[in-house]
Amino acid sequence: MVAKAIWRPDIKELARIEGQKRPVESGHRLCAGCGAGIIIRQIAMTARKPLVWINATGCVEVATTIFPYTSWNIPWAHNAFENAAAVGSGVEAARKKLARVNRFEGDPDVELDYDVIVLGGDGGTYDIGLQAISGAFERRHKIMYVLYDNEAYMNTGIQRSGGTPFGARTTTTPVGKVIKGKPLFKKPIMDIMVAHGIPYAATVSPAYWNDALVKFRKGFEAEGPAFIHAFSTCPLGWGSAPEDTVKIMKLAVETCVFPLYEVVDGEYRLTGPSVSIAKNPDRKKPVEEYLKLQGRFRHMFKPENKWMIEKFQEWVDRQWETLLKRAGY
Amino acid sequence: MVVQKSVSQTMMALNGDEAVAWAVKQSNVDVVAAYPITPQTIIVERISEFVHNGEVDMEFIRVESEHSALSASWGAALAGARAFTATAANGLALMWEILYITASTRTPVVMAVVNRALSAPINIHNDHSDSMGARDSGWIQIYSEDAQEAYDNTIMAFRIAEEAMLPVMITLDGFTISHTLQNVSVLPDEVVSNFVGVRKVPRIKLPHIYGEKEIPLMLNPKYPISFGPLDLFDYYFEHKVQQNEAMKASVPVIEKVHREFTEISGRSYEPVHMIPYKTEDADVVLLGLSSTMSVVRKVVDELRSEGKKVGAIRLRVFRPFPADIIRKELSKVSTVGILDRSLSFGAEGGPVFMEVRSALYSSSSKPTVYDYIYGLGGRDLPPKLIKKAFNELIEAREEPEKPVIKYLGVRE
Repeated sequence: MVAKAIWRPDIKELARIEGQKRPVESGHRLCAGCGAGIIIRQIAMTARKPLVWINATGCVEVATTIFPYTSWNIPWAHNAFENAAAVGSGVEAARKKLARVNRFEGDPDVELDYDVIVLGGDGGTYDIGLQAISGAFERRHKIMYVLYDNEAYMNTGIQRSGGTPFGARTTTTPVGKVIKGKPLFKKPIMDIMVAHGIPYAATVSPAYWNDALVKFRKGFEAEGPAFIHAFSTCPLGWGSAPEDTVKIMKLAVETCVFPLYEVVDGEYRLTGPSVSIAKNPDRKKPVEEYLKLQGRFRHMFKPENKWMIEKFQEWVDRQWETLLKRAGY
Repeated sequence: MVVQKSVSQTMMALNGDEAVAWAVKQSNVDVVAAYPITPQTIIVERISEFVHNGEVDMEFIRVESEHSALSASWGAALAGARAFTATAANGLALMWEILYITASTRTPVVMAVVNRALSAPINIHNDHSDSMGARDSGWIQIYSEDAQEAYDNTIMAFRIAEEAMLPVMITLDGFTISHTLQNVSVLPDEVVSNFVGVRKVPRIKLPHIYGEKEIPLMLNPKYPISFGPLDLFDYYFEHKVQQNEAMKASVPVIEKVHREFTEISGRSYEPVHMIPYKTEDADVVLLGLSSTMSVVRKVVDELRSEGKKVGAIRLRVFRPFPADIIRKELSKVSTVGILDRSLSFGAEGGPVFMEVRSALYSSSSKPTVYDYIYGLGGRDLPPKLIKKAFNELIEAREEPEKPVIKYLGVRE
C-alpha cells in the first residue's frame, strides 16, 4: 500500500526544506556534474522522518567520508559492497524492536522514529548486491532501496556492470578491433525488483525533480520495501561534459532509453514526460540524440558501426513497447 | 569446570545447540539474524520456536545467506540492539569479509560457531578448520568443552562483547556436542537477565562535533555519526594498532565476567584462559581445545595410575591468545604435545602448535613441542590413540631438528 494523499511541495517549500535538511555538506569529493549528489539531496528533501542512511561501497561512500572527515549530517553507515540491503534489514529490525519496548524511554539523546534508506550503485545492485536486496524484499523490511545507476563500476575505474548499456566503452569492455564496447544489454533490474511483489517501485531521472521528489516520498510512505531506480549521469565514466549532466538525464527520458514510471502494488503507471510520449509517439526522440553527447558511445557513430546504433534503438523500442502494454497503452 | 556452590537451577536434558538457544533466549537479545547450516541448525530452529510461541521478544531475521546474517547483525548492533548469530564451516567462511568489518568497527556481535570441517570435500562433521581460519579476524574466541559450557559461554559472551566492544565467537564441537544430549544446569531467567542486563549503548565524546557532550555510539538521528568511512594510509595503520590494543584490553574484561558468572552460577572455569589438569608435577602434557580434552583427562588418570607423570591443558580462550599464561604453565614441563584439529597448509604445524611454540620461544625453559593433527572431518580420536601420543611423548625427549607433524588416526 502506498499513501493516497500525494505529497507535492511547491518550489518555495522545497527551498525551505533544502536549507534545513541538507544531508551532505558541500566539500564532498563527488565529481563536478555527478548525478549522485543531486539524487542524495533529492532523497533527503522528501524525508517525512529523520533518516538513517546505509550506503554500499561505491563513489558516494568514498567521496563523502574520507577519514577524518565526513560530509554527512545524518546518521550514516557503510559496511561493504554487496550487503547494504542486509545491513538495512538489521537496522530496521533493531529499530522496530527497540521502539516496541521503549528501550530509550526518557533518554532525550536518542531518536528511534526514523526511516531507513539504503543507497547502492549499479555494481552494488545489479551484480554483487542482488542477493541481499532480494532477501530483504522477500522479508518485507521497511526500507527504501535507491539504486543510483551510473552504468558501470565508476569508483574502481569504469568497469562494466550488469547495468552497463549495449555498446558502451568501459575499461573491461574496450572498443577493440573485434569487439566494440559491451556486446550485451542492461539487466532488467526493475522487472526483477517488481517481481518481488513489493508495494512500490519507480524509475527516477533527477532532471525531472518534481517527478523524482514525489516518487522518493512515495517510497518512504510505502508500507513495506520500496525500490527506486535513479538515473545518474557520470561525466568521468561516460565522457560527457559536466554541464550536460542534466541535459543527458532529460534526453534519456525523451528517447525512452530510461522511461519514467512507477509500479504501485503491481500496477504500472507512466509518469512525467513518458506520459506525453506514450500519448504522442512523435515526441519520442531517436537514441542518437542521447548517445552523441557521450564519449562512451562515440565509436558507434563510425559508418562501419552504424548497426550498433540500430541495435540500441531496437532494444529501446522493444523495452518501451513492453512498458506501454504494462501501463495500459 | 568446578561447581563451587549449589544455586537454584533447573537440570535440563539439552544438546549443545539447544543449550546455546536457551542462553540466547535468556540473554535479552534484541535481534537474531541467522541462516541454517548443519550442525548449527538446531540453534535457529529452537530460537524460531521460542519466537513463534511468544516466549521471547526478539526480531528474528531469517536471512538469505550467512554473509547477510552477519551484515544484518552488524546493522542491528549499530542501531543499538543486542545481536546474535550462529553458523558453522562454509557459513563462517562466507562471512569472512564481514568478520573483519564487525571487529574493526568494534561492534559487539555474539556468534556461536558450531565447529565443522571446511569444504572440499564437503563434510558435515567436526573439526576446527572453520574457526581457526577466522583466528586473525579480530574476534575474541572462546572454545567450549561441553553443552554446559556452551550455555555458560554464550551468556558470558554478551557481557564480554559489550564491555570490551569487540565481537565474540563461542564455539562448540559439531555433533560431538551440538547433537549430543547432556545434563545442562539452566539458570533462572531473571538471574541471567540481571547478569546480562539489556544492551547498554556506550557513550563517547566527539569534541570537534558535539563538544563535551557524551553521545550514544549508535545510528541515531539526535546525534548523527558516520560509521565505516574510507580510511587511507594516513590513519588506517593507527586504527589497526588501536584494534590490537582493544584485543589486549579485553583480557581483564574476560576474567572479570567469568568471576561474576561464577557468583551467579557456582560454575568456575578458572583460570579462564586455559584449564590445567594434573600439570603440577607433569613431565609430559597434551594441550588442546574443546570436547576432545575430556577424553584426554580420562587417559591422564589412567596413565597416572600407571605412575606416569602426565597432564593436560585445555585452552579455552584462543583469541586473545594467553601467551604469558601458557609460558608459565609449561615452564616446568619437558615435553608438550599439541592437539590440533585443523591444518595450516604448508606451515610447520597446526594453528595451536604455531601459537604455543611461538610463545615458548622466549621461555627460559623451552619444552620440546610436537604437533598432533587429529580428527579432521570428524574422525574419532579414541583413548588408545591419545595414550599412544602420550607414550610417544614420554619416549621423545630430544627436540627434533625441525617441527614434526604427526597425524593421529589417519590411514597411512
